[in-house]
Amino acid sequence: MDTTPPDRDLAAIGLLQDPVRRALYGHVAGAGGEVSRNQAAEAVGVQRGLAAFHLDKLVEAGLLEASFRRLGERRGPGAGRPAKLYRRAAGEVAASLPPRSYETAAHLLAEAVEQAGADLELQAAARRSGVEAGRREAASPVERLLAARGYEPYEQGGVVRLRNCPFANLAGEYPVLVCAMNLSLIEGLLEGIGEPAGRAEMDPALGRCCVAVRPPSKDNDN
Amino acid sequence: MAAHHLAQVNIATLRAPLDGPELAGFVAQLEPINALADQHPGFVWRLQTEDGDATAIRPFDDDRVMVNLSVWASLAALRAFVYATRHLEVMRHRRAWFQRMPDPYMALWWVPAGTIPTVAEAKDRLELLARHGPTAGAFTFRAPFPEPADATR
Repeated sequence: MDTTPPDRDLAAIGLLQDPVRRALYGHVAGAGGEVSRNQAAEAVGVQRGLAAFHLDKLVEAGLLEASFRRLGERRGPGAGRPAKLYRRAAGEVAASLPPRSYETAAHLLAEAVEQAGADLELQAAARRSGVEAGRREAASPVERLLAARGYEPYEQGGVVRLRNCPFANLAGEYPVLVCAMNLSLIEGLLEGIGEPAGRAEMDPALGRCCVAVRPPSKDNDN
Repeated sequence: MAAHHLAQVNIATLRAPLDGPELAGFVAQLEPINALADQHPGFVWRLQTEDGDATAIRPFDDDRVMVNLSVWASLAALRAFVYATRHLEVMRHRRAWFQRMPDPYMALWWVPAGTIPTVAEAKDRLELLARHGPTAGAFTFRAPFPEPADATR
């Protein structure tokens, strides 16, 4: 039986070896929304035609999704052609050699925790794990710790929000369990680097991670 | 307007009396979270007594079991309220306040728009789900059924 990763995933990952493509992918993913060819070209410092070529390759590979929309105010004749816009694809690409299926294990474990009603035990374990990880990088700002764990932090009005949920599939299936685990983990990270754990709070919205990190203040040490 | 609305029931067994210190955190959240639900897009109706919540309604033999019954314009609206608002923050503490219920503790079903389910009906839906698993008559977020086709048109 062939247990190498699917061709599609390998091809997608292979595409990112090209530095221009990787930069374009990084720009679109980091923008958190739709990006035009011009914007991407400008951000990466390549010509529009080259950017368009590579962006479309990334769409073909399933790493980005494209849509067409008129950007200007004008409607009807003279409004021009709709612009092609790119956003990060919702699907996941993964390859593991040798083959591993931690996701299957995670779903089974989550189901068992849910059935056992062991939410609080899971939250305690996540908190301990966060504290330990934070202590190992005690000199780092929390944004760097979160970025290193794939949360893709960005700032919004002084609040650190997280564009990516590293547990998205699992959180979709067990939202209460997994979002609470996630909050405890981030509280632990803060505690581990000597910041008030209370800076982390549940602030869910569609399309982003459920946790936000407030700026330091007197009110949130716990 | 859609021909159907989504009804949801969930039940929870209190770990301690509602007026004790263990449940103080839950009680403090009742009013703000109910207000949040009332204002949420797609909210239609929720079961409540004159107190403004449903905590006094104990329809089971075990009178520690509370019931939460509401109606929403769509599955997406209910899901957004439950998992993408401060409601999630409250649910995080569910094990500190409520005992783990044997499945199922929650059921969803479609009702004709403009009608409101009764507690007795909600209990039947939970039983239906327990007996047959997810069906059009009683389902879950994880195994949803689409709104029935409109027979009146």
